[in-house]
Parts: sequence; structure tokens; C-alpha cells
Amino acid sequence: MNLTLKIWRQKNADDKGQMVEYPISDISPDMSFLEMLDVLNEGLVAKDEAPVAFDHDCREGICGMCSLHINGEPHGPDRGVTTCQLHMRSFKDGDTIYIEPFRAKAFPIIKDLVVDRSAFDRIQHAGGYVSVNTSGNTQDANSLPVPKADADMAFDAATCIGCGACVAACKNSSAMLFTSAKVSQYALLPQGKIEASNRVQNMVAQMDAEGFGNCSNTGACEAECPKGISLENIARMNRELIKAKSAVKH
Amino acid sequence: MSKSGLFKSSVGRKFAMALSALFLMIFLLQHLVINITAVFSPDTFNELSHFMGTNPAVQFLAQPILIFAVVFHFVMGMYLETQNRAARPVSYKNYKGGANSSWMSRNMAISGLVILAFLVLHFIDFWFPEINTKYIVGDMSGMHNGEYRYYEELLHKFANPARVIAYVVAFGLLALHLLHGFGSAFQSMGQNNKYIDGLKKFGVFYSIAVPLGFILIAISLYVTTLN
Ligand code: HEM
Ligand code: SF4
Ligand code: FES
Repeated sequence: MNLTLKIWRQKNADDKGQMVEYPISDISPDMSFLEMLDVLNEGLVAKDEAPVAFDHDCREGICGMCSLHINGEPHGPDRGVTTCQLHMRSFKDGDTIYIEPFRAKAFPIIKDLVVDRSAFDRIQHAGGYVSVNTSGNTQDANSLPVPKADADMAFDAATCIGCGACVAACKNSSAMLFTSAKVSQYALLPQGKIEASNRVQNMVAQMDAEGFGNCSNTGACEAECPKGISLENIARMNRELIKAKSAVKH
Repeated sequence: MSKSGLFKSSVGRKFAMALSALFLMIFLLQHLVINITAVFSPDTFNELSHFMGTNPAVQFLAQPILIFAVVFHFVMGMYLETQNRAARPVSYKNYKGGANSSWMSRNMAISGLVILAFLVLHFIDFWFPEINTKYIVGDMSGMHNGEYRYYEELLHKFANPARVIAYVVAFGLLALHLLHGFGSAFQSMGQNNKYIDGLKKFGVFYSIAVPLGFILIAISLYVTTLN
């Protein structure tokens, strides 16, 4: 396949950045998208040009490290896959492919296509855990019965890999899908219920403080999420927060 | 930490947005029911108009709440929109919003501003003259030449085809606003339960039927003036 790539190049956080066009040829349809970028970078290095910086780690759809806004959509045109699982057979010979970083005020660009997603870490640190005090008499998890339906929903929420595609897809750069997945995975389980009220309040407060937008319920996040995280989680988080904030304080 | 009030959080603000919208949707239905009588029974329309226009509970309780709800919904909507735009200072060169979301859902501010423009026209047409007649001139009788004036005034306004067209456009955009907004309001309130599918279907019906009702009334009144 012969393609034209239009890639966002930006030297560092302060650089203005611009789209740069790169023709690329002899790409196999069996290559993954990131392998295609590897080929591009080998060519750039051979010409003594700076390779395009992009994030990746596992390359099998589990770590959440890869990003990229490809032809107008995060993780590209396919559904339910990360960029590392996207293959060149999803494109046609002669295509022009736009490759941009995930864009949000809360995800500042580090270099080229690499963005800083540590805002997600800070949301997680604000309450995305269950405190286990080392008292020595912590109850065995298996002795707490969990209804199957709740366990399934909690598990589904926990499959969020924190990639940030939901933010990238949202017209408001809202982080509601991510945050609600992290809130839900605990809110549904007995171990998580104890801290549920503080958790949702602190995580939403951190989400707001990071400068993500509000939720307009467009559903773009759910459509683009590689893990199929459902909007039901956002409804659950809304419910949890409204409940927590309107509870009478003693 | 951070145990501030509900409406200081993004989620709380959307909850307030949804509550104001819910109130507006109930009001809209009531408004439609009264207006429909203008097509079928001008006498009924006159009597209902007189009741609504002079009843103290409607005038001094319901009306201020309605005005507050409209102003609140507009101000909060624009505030959220400003925050949302600020959350992405550099936009994409290539952004396929249509691949993952509906036009209506992405353009609530645009449909909302058209509705606002319509409301300004609507206030100039009906509300200001009513307030003037009743509370400034002080004529609470609702009469003109020994007959109720409401239906005649209504017909007079809809004799103008430009106004009819403005109504059709504005209510078209209201339908688009509601086609996303109705379901969205329940999601904002956290109501994504077993009733939601049924509610959303009702929402689609409401969002089309109610604006269409207003459009048909406007056209019907215009046709009446032709005879
Ligand atoms: C005064 C003119 C209006 C403006 C400027 C306006 C603006 C907006 C905006 C910007 C939103 C989206 C908020 C967001 O996505 O975060 C919205 C939502 C909504 N609006 Fe309006 N609107 C107006 C009038 C109305 C009217 C008259 C109704 C109903 C009769 C209505 C019903 C709704 C509903 C149901 C929602 C969804 C609420 C939610 O997402 O929780 N709006 N409006
Ligand atoms: S909710 Fe989906 S899109 Fe958002 S961070 Fe988690 S896995 Fe990625
Ligand atoms: S590189 Fe790990 S999910 Fe793509």
C-alpha cells in the first residue's frame, strides 16, 4: 500500500507545532498501525531526521499506553480496539491518514503525538482504591457474597485501561467515562461501598480541577472506548454524587 | 476534603440543568394544551387565557418560577458551553464527530440560542403587551369592545407569514434540542434504570409531537386569517 500521512509534529510543550506530510510506500495490509509508524521512523532516522514520538507499550491492547487520533477518531476507524490493535487492512491504498495527538487542556502535549495523561493518575489517587488497614484481621474477600450481576458490572467497569480515548473523542474533553468506570468498579462491590461517598466526591472534584469539560451525554466516549465501557457507569456516578452531596451531614 | 456543595461540581451543575429542563418540558406541554384550543374552540381559548392571565397563583407563583427556570437554563447552558470549549484549546485538524455522536447532541448550544432568539420574539409579541395592558395600563378585564381580546390578538399576530416561518424554524430547532435533551436529562440525573428505554421512546415521541403541535397551530391560525 502507498499512503500519505499527515502527522502532528511538535518539538516540545512550548512549540507551536504543525501538521507535516509524509508519503510512505510498500506498507503491508497485515502490519499493525504502530508497525507502520515504526517503518516511517526507520526511514526518518536513516535520513537523519527526528523520528515521530508516539506512546506504546504492550502492543496487545491491555496497557492503555498507545493513543493517537487517527482520521478524526481516537484509536482510528475500527470499534473496540486500541491503536496497537488496528491494522493497515482497515485503510485503502492511496489513502491520506491524519494522525494527531489526543487533544485536551488536561492532556498537555509532551512531544509530537505523546501527551501527558497523568491527570488520570491524580483522579485515581483521589479515591480510586479501597483502604486496607493492616490491622491483621482484614476479612477474607471470599467470605463477602457478591451478586453475580454486580460482580459482572464491576468487572466490566474495571476493564477500563485508562487510555484517554473517551476524553479525546468527547467534544468537551470530558473525563466522565473514565472517572465513572473507576467509581463504578468499587461502588458495586461491598468492599468499595464503605468509602463510596467520599470516593465519588473526591474523584469528581479532582476531575473538575484538572480542567476536563462537562458531560453533554453525546455518547462519543462509549462509541470510541476500546473496552466498551458503558454510559451506564456515568449515570451511576451521577447518582452516587447526587446522593453523596445531598446526604445530611452530621 | 472537597466536601463543597452539589452545584460546585460539574455533575451537580448538569443535574441542575436537567431539573430546569424537566420543568420547561412540563411547562411546554401545558402551553401546548391551552394553545390547541385556539384551533378548535376560540371561546375556550379566551377563557383559559383569561384564567391564566389573571389567576394570582399563575401570575405571581408559576410565572416567576418559569422565568427563573428559563434564565437559569440559558445562563447555566452558556456557562457549561464556555467551560467545554476551554477544555480543548487546540482543536483537531480532522474531527469526525458524526462517527460517534449525533448532530443534536453536539450542538445543544446552537439549537438553544435559536430557541432563545425565538423567546425574545415571543416576549415582544405577547408577554410585554400583556404586562403592559394588565399592570401598567391597569386593564385586567381581558376585554376589547365587549368581547375577550385574546383570540383576536392571536389571529392578528399570525396573519404575518414571516412570523409563521419564524415559528416553524424555531420549533424545528426545539425538536432537535429535545431529541437529544430529553434522554440526556435523565442520564444527567443518574436515571439509567430499567425504565430508561421506554422513557427514551416516549422522549422521541414528545420531542417531535410537541414542537409539531405548535407548528401546526401557527399554520392553522395563519390559514384562518386568509379567509
Ligand atoms: C433559552 C434558550 C435555551 C438555551 C440557550 C438552551 C441551552 C441548552 C444547552 C447548551 C444545553 C446542553 C447542556 C450540556 O450539554 O451540558 C441544554 C440542554 C437541555 N435543554 Fe436547553 N436551552 C434552551 C431552552 C430549552 C427549552 C425551552 C427546553 C425544553 C422545553 C430545553 C430543554 C433542554 C433539555 C431537556 C436539555 C438536556 C439537559 C441535560 O443534558 O441534562 N432547553 N440546553
Ligand atoms: S473509559 Fe474507555 S476510552 Fe476511557 S480511558 Fe477507559 S478504556 Fe480508555
Ligand atoms: S500499546 Fe498497550 S494498549 Fe496499545
